[in-house]
Amino acid sequence: MRFEFSDEQRQFQRSLRELLSKEYSVRKAWAGEAQPTWHKLAELGVLGVAVPESAGGLGGNALDWILLAEEAGRAALAAPLADAFAAPPLLSPEWQSKLADGRATVALAADDMLVPEADLYLVHREGRLHVVPRTSANLKRVSVSDGARRVHRIEFSISERSDGAWGGAFDRMALGSAAELVGLGQHLLEVAVEYVKVRQQFGQPVGSFQAVKHVLANALLELEFARPFVYRAAYQPTPVHISMAKAAASDAAHHAARAALQCHGAIGYSFEHDLHMWMKRVWSLEPAWGSALWHRERVARQILDGQVFDGETNEPSLPS
Amino acid sequence: MDLELSASERQFREEAREWLRANVEKLPSGDTPEGFALCRAWERKLFDAGWAVVSWPREFGGREASLVEWLIFEEEYYRAQAPQRVSQNGIFLLAPTLFEFGSEDQKNRILRRMAAAEDVWAQGWSEPNAGSDLAGIQSRAERVDGGWRLHGQKTWCSRGAFCNWLFGLFRSDPKAERHRGLSYFLVPLDAEGVTVRPVRRLDGEPGFAEVFFDNAFVPDRDVLGEVHQGWNVAMATASSERGLSLRSPGRFLATATRLLALYRERPDPELRQRVVKAWMNAHAYHLYTLQTVTRLLDGKKLGPEASLNKVFWSELDVELHEAALALLGSDGDADGWMKGYQFALAGPIYAGTNEIQRNVIAERVLGLPRR
Repeated sequence: MRFEFSDEQRQFQRSLRELLSKEYSVRKAWAGEAQPTWHKLAELGVLGVAVPESAGGLGGNALDWILLAEEAGRAALAAPLADAFAAPPLLSPEWQSKLADGRATVALAADDMLVPEADLYLVHREGRLHVVPRTSANLKRVSVSDGARRVHRIEFSISERSDGAWGGAFDRMALGSAAELVGLGQHLLEVAVEYVKVRQQFGQPVGSFQAVKHVLANALLELEFARPFVYRAAYQPTPVHISMAKAAASDAAHHAARAALQCHGAIGYSFEHDLHMWMKRVWSLEPAWGSALWHRERVARQILDGQVFDGETNEPSLPS
Repeated sequence: MDLELSASERQFREEAREWLRANVEKLPSGDTPEGFALCRAWERKLFDAGWAVVSWPREFGGREASLVEWLIFEEEYYRAQAPQRVSQNGIFLLAPTLFEFGSEDQKNRILRRMAAAEDVWAQGWSEPNAGSDLAGIQSRAERVDGGWRLHGQKTWCSRGAFCNWLFGLFRSDPKAERHRGLSYFLVPLDAEGVTVRPVRRLDGEPGFAEVFFDNAFVPDRDVLGEVHQGWNVAMATASSERGLSLRSPGRFLATATRLLALYRERPDPELRQRVVKAWMNAHAYHLYTLQTVTRLLDGKKLGPEASLNKVFWSELDVELHEAALALLGSDGDADGWMKGYQFALAGPIYAGTNEIQRNVIAERVLGLPRR
């Protein structure tokens, strides 16, 4: 029994954290400035982690990418990185290879989810998965409150393939989102802790007040007890383990955002402070790929009603 | 990462499960005189079969089980709905301290008898004016020839009315204040000058006691650790109480499984989410514990993060029982759920209230300023 990642997996995580701190800024993403991030991710090998070795990737599994998704969350990365981890089994070797070396981006969507700019879309509608190159897609820009994400409504009449099922990709997206949420929550907690150490009121740091301490202690508790679900699900990515991870991570990140805002007070409510960029990412990921309610219902159907899910055919319907 | 059990761990589980299946009896609560006697006999039976203290060295009655095996044993113990461990304060709180600070003489005199429930230990920490503020202890120890004379009062001693020994903190240096000048004493409850008065708990059972010391003599050999160093010695115990040893995940996993069975008997769509949340939290605690065990196996120590454990399991226990009571409506007393709830409500209070634990988390894990 050993519930910890390998040294290599931890090292990869540190490398990505370092890369994102140098080559990515969520503030620039909001401002629409071009950044070298995607290219650098390809160089580091991040984009090919889940791509088979035969197509130039690392042939890794969820344990190899889960910490990377967590780092993407911590940095509030606005790019389809979880998609790069979820998509490869659904892609042709050619697309896999383009994904791994950064020549192409791939984005996934369930039903009418909004999509970012990408070269290839995998859209699941009415029980079928459609593979749609950018050139066949009709995109209509939609403004959302998470301004770092440039998202669009997607329509298409022709697709390259329209036959497959999710092939577990829905659940992989839910798992990737869960990891991002835990990373986002961790960042929110850390900036709140730093802020209350320096913000003075009544002649002392507000972080010395018990009422403030307990809010942040609760946020830490929830994150610390959500994260193991995410790692457990990466180890054994079954629908129920993934549902537990996404439900717990969504709630923990939501509460970390509330705690961080409350502890910042009015400055955190200001658009000029960076805090809102992380909070808005939390709010956009919480309902994506199944909300906490939806995932707990899926757990309920298994543990209370005895249904077993395969991640494909017999899922509870997504709330619209 | 490897979450599989080894062949020998699986075999250990089978062996424990088999023995428990053949031997577990349904006993009344160990917090009444009759129930305590029966539970004590059960402890003896565990000891004779080598299951009382699985992780201890063989010379003291253990079977040198690994941490993982200990977790497995606990899971099986609670799954089998085996009796309450009336010797738990000795084996889970005092014993780790004895292993760390005890003299050879103390270990030899105490541990085996504790494991066999020949001696059952009560904890003497709290006083009427020292609860959350434990360093405010006023009971004192006066230096005399060959030992110490104890004076004062301890309270909320679990099963103190039935135990025959007590471990506790007394102020040995009257000039020192707060955390300094305390010593850790081991006191027989039948000693001259010791008076024990049972106190009834929330559920009406006499599971508490207050203990009065009026010039009770303790020889030097029954001081645990160095004189005046009692606070540091005691904190080692407190961290086991908050951390792994007192509340292993097995207890809550078993309750969570019973909660699912209860839901299936009395399904209520309004309560589905709540039942799943509570059940998930039991599993979160299990997974979190596996992380802690991995850290311990890597040679790291359990520090202030033990406070995270304590807050989580105590609130989890309440949450599981509240979900069950919501399902039961006015049948709350069925299957011991109401009684279990009342017991669970003590969790956020004992072993350092959850408010104190949240201060510890904020100050020592997150690094927020102390006042």
